Amino acid sequence: MKNTPSVEQHLDIYRRMLLVRHLEERLGALHKEGRTRGPIHRCDGQEAVGVAATAALEAGDKVATTHRGHAVYIGKGMAMRPVVAEIFGRATGACGGRAGHMLVADAEKGVIGGNAIVGAGIPAAAGMALSMQILGTGNVAMCVFGDGAAQTGICHEAMNMAGLWKLPVVFVLEHNQFGLTVPSDVQSPVADLSIRAAGYAMPAEIVDGNDAVAVYRAVAAMAERARRGEGPGMVECKTYRVEGFSTSDMGGYQKPEDIAAWKARDPLIISRKALLGDVGEARLADIEAAAKAETDEAFEIALSDPMPQFLVDEACNPYSEAR
Amino acid sequence: MAMMRYAEALNAALREEMQADPSVFLFGEDIGRYGGVFKVTKGLMEEFGEKRVRDTPISEQALTAMAVTAAMTGTRPVLEIMYADFIPLSLDALVNQASIYNYIWNGQVKMPFVVRTQGGGGAGAGAQHSKALDSMLAQIPGIKVVAPSTPADAKGMLKAAIRDSQPVIFLEHKLLYNIRGEVPEGDVIVQLGKAATVREGSDISIFATSKMVVEATKAADLLAADGVSAEIVDLRSLRPLDVDAIVASIAKTHHAVVVNEGWRFCGYAAELSATIMDHVFDELDAPVARVTLPDMPIPYSEPLETAMLPSAEKIRAAALKTLK
Ligand SMILES: Cc1ncc(C[n+]2csc(CCOP(=O)(O)OP(=O)(O)O)c2C)c(N)n1
Ligand SMILES: [Mg+2]
Repeated sequence: MKNTPSVEQHLDIYRRMLLVRHLEERLGALHKEGRTRGPIHRCDGQEAVGVAATAALEAGDKVATTHRGHAVYIGKGMAMRPVVAEIFGRATGACGGRAGHMLVADAEKGVIGGNAIVGAGIPAAAGMALSMQILGTGNVAMCVFGDGAAQTGICHEAMNMAGLWKLPVVFVLEHNQFGLTVPSDVQSPVADLSIRAAGYAMPAEIVDGNDAVAVYRAVAAMAERARRGEGPGMVECKTYRVEGFSTSDMGGYQKPEDIAAWKARDPLIISRKALLGDVGEARLADIEAAAKAETDEAFEIALSDPMPQFLVDEACNPYSEAR
Repeated sequence: MAMMRYAEALNAALREEMQADPSVFLFGEDIGRYGGVFKVTKGLMEEFGEKRVRDTPISEQALTAMAVTAAMTGTRPVLEIMYADFIPLSLDALVNQASIYNYIWNGQVKMPFVVRTQGGGGAGAGAQHSKALDSMLAQIPGIKVVAPSTPADAKGMLKAAIRDSQPVIFLEHKLLYNIRGEVPEGDVIVQLGKAATVREGSDISIFATSKMVVEATKAADLLAADGVSAEIVDLRSLRPLDVDAIVASIAKTHHAVVVNEGWRFCGYAAELSATIMDHVFDELDAPVARVTLPDMPIPYSEPLETAMLPSAEKIRAAALKTLK
């Protein structure tokens, strides 16, 4: 089937999903020990969206994501150590500890970047696509955004312009059924939010957001169109937030049977099953052991990395040129 | 030198920068086919095409946010927001986006974008089309805010703003677009962050920007008839602020009037007063006088609007009071 990831590509998606899973679980454990700072928004159970969507991009493409962006960071090629170090506020973090887990950026990798203002990533991606169109770079921009973000006014403004100007952008809706605590059907009169794409003259596809191959296929097709100059597209990935909204969420508003049903359809389970026939148990076990070891090493190093020193640094002083 | 209107000087700056750098593009409401509500972008769509000069939907929030990331990724956007009164719609992009990335992302990105807008009263445009809002913008760290008062500065500062690697809010004034002045020919840049002493004086310093410089100049004429020699410092740039120029002028006159077309409470005039206290308190012979808009909406009817706006007469009265 067109745009299906090769076995090697799927293995790499699986590997990155494992890294993200370990990252999230480790953060959960460290939070319980009181060793994290501020709220952390885990995406475990939703890794297929961020990882497979970014796997369909090229190195020069750029992605804007949300407060729940760990899968996008790792999916778009960032290494574990700078991500972990950033989450722990270390000088070696991707942004020197200034950004924290919600606002991570790595301009070289095209992660521009996390965004904790709900909805703000959508025009951010449209703006990058506008730049790409004007410069004729042949690249595409992507926005991963939530079902809550889909209800913002700025979402409408940005998608309207993307459709109007045929901007090379792919909108990846990570529909995990909840905003902060409020379920999607209390926020929107329609269940399938991507029906709105028709109003912006862009195609949309609804996929199983826990099936990495399905996410990849749909996103790759939209990215290909966008790259050809045919304009934006939307992929609505149906998934479910099996953890709390953040590490400070007290819970109580999700049905245990829903959580159980979605956990049974975990993206790691789905990908592993598909890959097993292709590569066999031994290869998967190797990848799994390596991902675990990579996470252990990243945490060990990052947690002993130095904390940053406060300084008013001229390189980051926007007024320095003018004075 | 060529005699030009302020709007024509801006147009020339845009044209020259677009000719020199293909990454410069313009977008905003009604700026293309029509050439802008204030005609600043007239003829540019014809010259540079619809890709680089875009008429946009009415979407200030997203447009401003798009300017931020377009600038991060290789272009130099110049966004026109038709009225400064609409800037509150742009605030997330300025306060939560543009303002933070230079520092938070540890110098990884540049943001060479310009938001051009025009504010100010006196044209009977009513409470939603007459505000300056410069104080609010100048409070945002990480963003430059400039407000030229002459055609020459309009051109030279807009060229500098477009070439700047960081966000610049470029404030124009609806009642300045038709003023005429000499503008140097060619590629002349006026550095952002530098004030200009537009009139030398020895008794009192008047600090102002944009249309308030015009009012201050009229006030200085009135004051001359009163026997007072007023110095006028056109700050040109609200942020970064040329503190040295303020200090030098007060060291000479020992008296100061600060003028701002925005609200008084927590306003730019208050910031200037505090800056003067911080840097040259010892040189002052009297308290700093503030001339601002009262903390009210701007009414429509001419006598009501006129009564509210800072004017030459009010500047003169404030100067005489502080000199007494
Ligand atoms: C503009 C804005 N409003 C509210 C919030 C608080 N908030 C943070 S995340 C969130 C819910 C977002 O839901 P969604 O977009 O579906 O993302 P998810 O958390 O499900 O990944 C809310 C209300 C915010 N950060 N920004
Ligand atoms: Mg959600």
